[in-house]
Amino acid sequence: MKQNNNTENKLDDLSRQIAGKQGKEYWRSLGQLAATPEFQNFVENEFPASPVDAADGINRRRFLQLMGGSIALAGLGACTRQPEEKIVPYVTAPEEIIPGEPLFFATAFTLGGYAAGVLAESHMGRPTKIEGNALHPASRGATDVFAQASILEMYDPERSQVVKRLGRISTWELFLGEIHQELEAQRLKDGAGVRVLTETVTSPTLAKQIEAFRKEFPLARWHQYEPANRDNAKAGSELAFDQTVDCRYSFDKADVILSLGADFLTDMPGSLAYCRDFSARRKPEQSNPGMNRLYMAECSPTATGSMADHRLALTSAGVTALAVAVARELGLSVTGEALQEHGDWVSALARDLAANRGRCLVIAGEQQPAEVHCLAHAMNSFLGNAGKTVIYTQPVESNPVRQVDSLKELTDDMAAGAVDVLVMLGGNPVFNAPADLDFFGKMEKVKTRVHLSTYENETSELSHWHIPQSHYLESWGDARAFDGTVSIIQPLIAPLYSSKSAYELMAGLSGQPGETGYSLVRDHWQAATSEGDFESFWRTSLHDGVVAGTALPSKSVRLNKTEFTVTGQDNGSGIEVNFRIDPCIWDGRFANNGWLQELPKPITKLTWDNAAIISPETAKELQVENGEVLRLTLSGNSVEIPVWITPGQAGGAITLAVGYGRSRVGKVGKGAGVNVYPVRQSDGLWSSAGVATEKTGATVALASTQDHGSMEGRHLVRAGGLSEFVDHPELFHEMGHDPDPELTLYPPYEYDGYSWGMAVDLNACVGCNACTIACQAENNIPVVGKEEVLNGREMHWIRIDRYFEGGVEDPEVYHQPVMCQHCENAPCEVVCPVAATTHSSEGLNEMTYNRCVGTRYCANNCPYKVRRFNFYKYADYETESLKLMRNPDVTVRFRGVMEKCTYCVQRINHARIDAKKEDRSIRDGDIVTACQQVCPADAIVFGDINDESSRIAQHKSDHRNYGILTELGVRPRTSYLAKIRNPNPEIAAA
Amino acid sequence: MAKNETSDKPAQAPLIEPGHTYGSITDKISSVVTTRKTPISWFIGFAIAFSLLMVFLSSTAYLLMKGTGIWGINVPVSWGFAIINFVWWIGIGHAGTLISAILLLLRQEWRTSINRFAEAMTLFAVAAAGMFPLLHMGRPWLFYWLMPYPNTMAMWPQFRSPLVWDVFAVSTYATVSLLFWYVGLVPDFATLRDRVNNRGAKLVYGMLSMGWRGSAIHWYRYETAYLLLAGLATPLVVSVHTVVSFDFAMGVIPGWHATIFPPYFVAGAIYAGFAMVLTLSIPLRKVYGLEDFITMRHLQNMAKVMLATGLIVVYGYMMEIFTAWYSAGEFEEAMISNRFNGPYKWVFYSLLLCNAVAPQFIWFSKVQNSVIGIFIIAMFVNVGMWLERFIIVVTSLSQDFLPSSWDTYTGTIWDWATYAGTIGLFLTLMFLFLRLLPSISIFEMRTMVVEEDKGGKES
Repeated sequence: MKQNNNTENKLDDLSRQIAGKQGKEYWRSLGQLAATPEFQNFVENEFPASPVDAADGINRRRFLQLMGGSIALAGLGACTRQPEEKIVPYVTAPEEIIPGEPLFFATAFTLGGYAAGVLAESHMGRPTKIEGNALHPASRGATDVFAQASILEMYDPERSQVVKRLGRISTWELFLGEIHQELEAQRLKDGAGVRVLTETVTSPTLAKQIEAFRKEFPLARWHQYEPANRDNAKAGSELAFDQTVDCRYSFDKADVILSLGADFLTDMPGSLAYCRDFSARRKPEQSNPGMNRLYMAECSPTATGSMADHRLALTSAGVTALAVAVARELGLSVTGEALQEHGDWVSALARDLAANRGRCLVIAGEQQPAEVHCLAHAMNSFLGNAGKTVIYTQPVESNPVRQVDSLKELTDDMAAGAVDVLVMLGGNPVFNAPADLDFFGKMEKVKTRVHLSTYENETSELSHWHIPQSHYLESWGDARAFDGTVSIIQPLIAPLYSSKSAYELMAGLSGQPGETGYSLVRDHWQAATSEGDFESFWRTSLHDGVVAGTALPSKSVRLNKTEFTVTGQDNGSGIEVNFRIDPCIWDGRFANNGWLQELPKPITKLTWDNAAIISPETAKELQVENGEVLRLTLSGNSVEIPVWITPGQAGGAITLAVGYGRSRVGKVGKGAGVNVYPVRQSDGLWSSAGVATEKTGATVALASTQDHGSMEGRHLVRAGGLSEFVDHPELFHEMGHDPDPELTLYPPYEYDGYSWGMAVDLNACVGCNACTIACQAENNIPVVGKEEVLNGREMHWIRIDRYFEGGVEDPEVYHQPVMCQHCENAPCEVVCPVAATTHSSEGLNEMTYNRCVGTRYCANNCPYKVRRFNFYKYADYETESLKLMRNPDVTVRFRGVMEKCTYCVQRINHARIDAKKEDRSIRDGDIVTACQQVCPADAIVFGDINDESSRIAQHKSDHRNYGILTELGVRPRTSYLAKIRNPNPEIAAA
Repeated sequence: MAKNETSDKPAQAPLIEPGHTYGSITDKISSVVTTRKTPISWFIGFAIAFSLLMVFLSSTAYLLMKGTGIWGINVPVSWGFAIINFVWWIGIGHAGTLISAILLLLRQEWRTSINRFAEAMTLFAVAAAGMFPLLHMGRPWLFYWLMPYPNTMAMWPQFRSPLVWDVFAVSTYATVSLLFWYVGLVPDFATLRDRVNNRGAKLVYGMLSMGWRGSAIHWYRYETAYLLLAGLATPLVVSVHTVVSFDFAMGVIPGWHATIFPPYFVAGAIYAGFAMVLTLSIPLRKVYGLEDFITMRHLQNMAKVMLATGLIVVYGYMMEIFTAWYSAGEFEEAMISNRFNGPYKWVFYSLLLCNAVAPQFIWFSKVQNSVIGIFIIAMFVNVGMWLERFIIVVTSLSQDFLPSSWDTYTGTIWDWATYAGTIGLFLTLMFLFLRLLPSISIFEMRTMVVEEDKGGKES
């Protein structure tokens, strides 16, 4: 504007100069004017020929002044006063602790009383991850989902933390004072009013303590109950052999297996070992097929059923009838109703079994009645399997009782008012006892009720005293595995809260309140081991995680009869209802465990809910859709539960998973699922016929992680028969198109050092989910909740895709674990605008969280859809206890950041550091990814493809090896080994 | 132009109604701005637009607080409304520059009365569009990482990513469009500076007019600059939507990975842009009585352009189906089958109705001569083009390679709120523009009088 004014002024001047001049002179003087410097200036200002130099606002002096000033101020900033608190460095460092280096301690995780050895990873004194213990017979280096998730339970902020009396905070000392008064009163009548209720006990120390307690109070009684009990197996062995024996199975020696509803790969004591043995027999090579064959009859599809070469979907009554039919076909004398249908199937199976005498196996599921267990013993004996594929031993349980009967005795006594003091060591009978026993109602009649539990649950609510139970990672103990092997449970950390273990509580009751769990267990073993140096025995046992030589020896048993009777199950009218222990939250004890709640169930892929599982056929009959709520009425009790239609479910059978619908639970388990215990009766613990169904009209949204079950004819899971594979091993390669890697304009990546790769054996994978949850624990993967699963935002880095193939009623089921495939030509890498996902020099597709801005383009462009996005701030940054749980080697991701499988890059780097320290290269087997480590089926192999002798390189050259979606030219580094079924040609032809 | 329409053709509607002089044009157009009486209808419209803008502000605030989880996006469908709306707005933003630049270069004088607000529309649409790539980021506060700037990490953007190309394409387009618009406004700013009485307004217009006095050299430079900018803007019209289409075409997803995308997107953008110009100009000429300047002939011409580009778009649809069949790729075929039979088939059928069927009515002269008819068709196209982006973004992602990951997507209340909010942003800016700036180029309309006169004399 100023310039404008100037020009105007100048214009005025010029006008004035021109004024008064006339004619030619005027024009000439304009010409003259044009030559004047003023005019030149004017022109220059109006239409500058070159840009005006920007005036430099700062001169040298000013610049130096400013610089000097800011340097002085910057110096001031350094004068902040230091905090006055003194920090104390380690003067003497704790032995063996090197910051950043984890330590591993052997301990054992128990479920249903049975132990599986684990190695707990400890970072600076904090247990952060559970790994399998290769030395332990029930683990063989693997773990199940529950052991993996137990680490979250340990740090669960909603775990019970203080002793409570009638819901008010109290102390352990007050409790001891009061209970001693009660017990003193009981002493007068030899403890006739004292009852101890435990879950299944295999702990030698605890059993001995209870025994000692009963010596003190001779009329006191010990009851055991848990919903996942093994009563039928016990009763079956009594029927067959007149004594309680346990069996364990040698799947490594079994060529033909018949499972009568037994989910032995995921849900049975020893299933981890069974899974390892079973899958080892399912890795055929052309030269050496040696593959086993599994026949399975079951009501509800399970992981084991999905591995079957021949599977029949039958109601529980149908499975019983099938057992009769097979036994008869084998030549046994059985009275009872045999299955009418599937005659060819049964006879072919019987021939197959008979042809493999001593190399076959019949195994009955716990859910089958005792008579079927008896029949299975008879068939095994008849087929010469006893002692070969079936090994009989003394019971593993310390005091094997039929638990429903045991609980019934207790509730009868309670009803009669004969129980004055009831001490419950764990368990939640108010929630999960059979409905007809009315444990809840009878609790009122007990004068003093004491409940030890890790969580305040429904039973704690009704107890006078609630004692917080120490987690197994914070207490001493011992327990037996499925083969009897004892493990000493050693704590990794002092109890986080003022909790007690069952051992300490029993010691407290027996007047030894000062005894610690450590001294109790150690003293027991000191007394039990007579020979040798106890200290070295103790240290070895703790170090190895097993007490050597404690496995129960094989025992020979004789069948007590040749005639068998199977009364069968009431096949009566109407629909059969089956109860199953939930594959994720077990009997309800893990209801507050977010990892397990969000774990998709192996077949249905449901999370956060249980449902009435019905077949498509039954759904049509009942005219219901997924999520519609049915009212199921059984013996006057009813539950309302949404329906989930599952292919492979037996028609006419509804399956309900127990454990959901907890009323007294933390905020994680609140509102998840429906409690079906109210319709579970003591005489129909696993199945009951004649359930009445009624539509309620309500609908519930169920959160499944996989909506689409068909492969749409795409060759994602490549499968074939064993004989076709042997005849033509290139079978699987011909199923898809694998373009030449040279078909590109770009030079290939060079890998001079390592080149990581992974292979997943689809023939071994049983879909047990252990990898998913191990990955969650290892990589600090957050839980998102049901709403977010419904929104399609689950965060699992490794998911197990489940596909159905064939008819809806009884399809083949395939499991395919899918994680980041670490593509050589990764579509995600090229589209990231900020280079947050890049290719490493060792072939990894690396995700740099700090750099990620969250455009999600990579997730869109990922053909495998393995990328996971933090749509919200899923990671819990607030809860203090959860901070302790996290793996310090893995970043906790913030909102708005993409994440995905890294091939456990932190483990790779750990191995790299170790190798560098020893000045060598990383050896095959040095790196075990979390998913690989936990896999009971040994289905996942990881390593350096460049190393030709490595396991992974061998897998990559296997005939069964193929990549999914290779036709896109993305060249995945993860490959799959094709699925092979081994059908009986007689049945397959039919 | 006028010479061509002499004999054989029936007399075409004029570009400006007869009887206008320089003065009357200037009065008419500038009075919309200089008047002290703001029409009540403006207030009503502005209130609605402003409320929607507040919806935008609050949904954005909530978004920044909680994260993109408030939207319906999930793992197979990681892009939803945000990208649909981005492409939709960018598409709308195409007509302005096309009308101003390309038609200027092609000497299509009929563009004169609509170019100003078409350009304004472009700018505001680009502004609305620009919101989405920013807001849809997981960590929007780090948006500048997409730009090359010197930093201690020595990190540059990843130049292979089409999103980086987008940043350049859209920001260049926005800059050039703004310059183009502003340069075109300078003479009119001067007119307003001379005509407003309010001292403050005079000052503002005065500053904006940059000392324009209408001298010959001013006009000379203005023409040169305008022509140069038009030349600069012309390739941008093609490049922006081409680059936007690369966001999809460079991906591997069936339904995205298609070579037809660049031309098909550009045609779609012009299609959508003209539909929006029609949508805005029809009520505008009515309310402000500008029928003399935005005549039937303008509407017809724009409808014809819409029809032509619409046909190209339909050709694109057909080619997608053809290539899916011709390639015999199972994923491509499944993608097409998913469009016809999948969970979003009704969206697809609606899209065909809006984009392929509705514009065909323009062939009929009865519809061509009906303002209402053209307006309705334009509305159909506006909706149809949004649906087209929905189909491209959502259906392709929801069912791609692994059936295990298939999932559906629905927009949440926040998706809709953000979308409605950007409409609010757009309309608010539009209303402010109508009130504060001449919505039709005054000086260019004045040139029309001369030319129309000439035409009159000769015929």
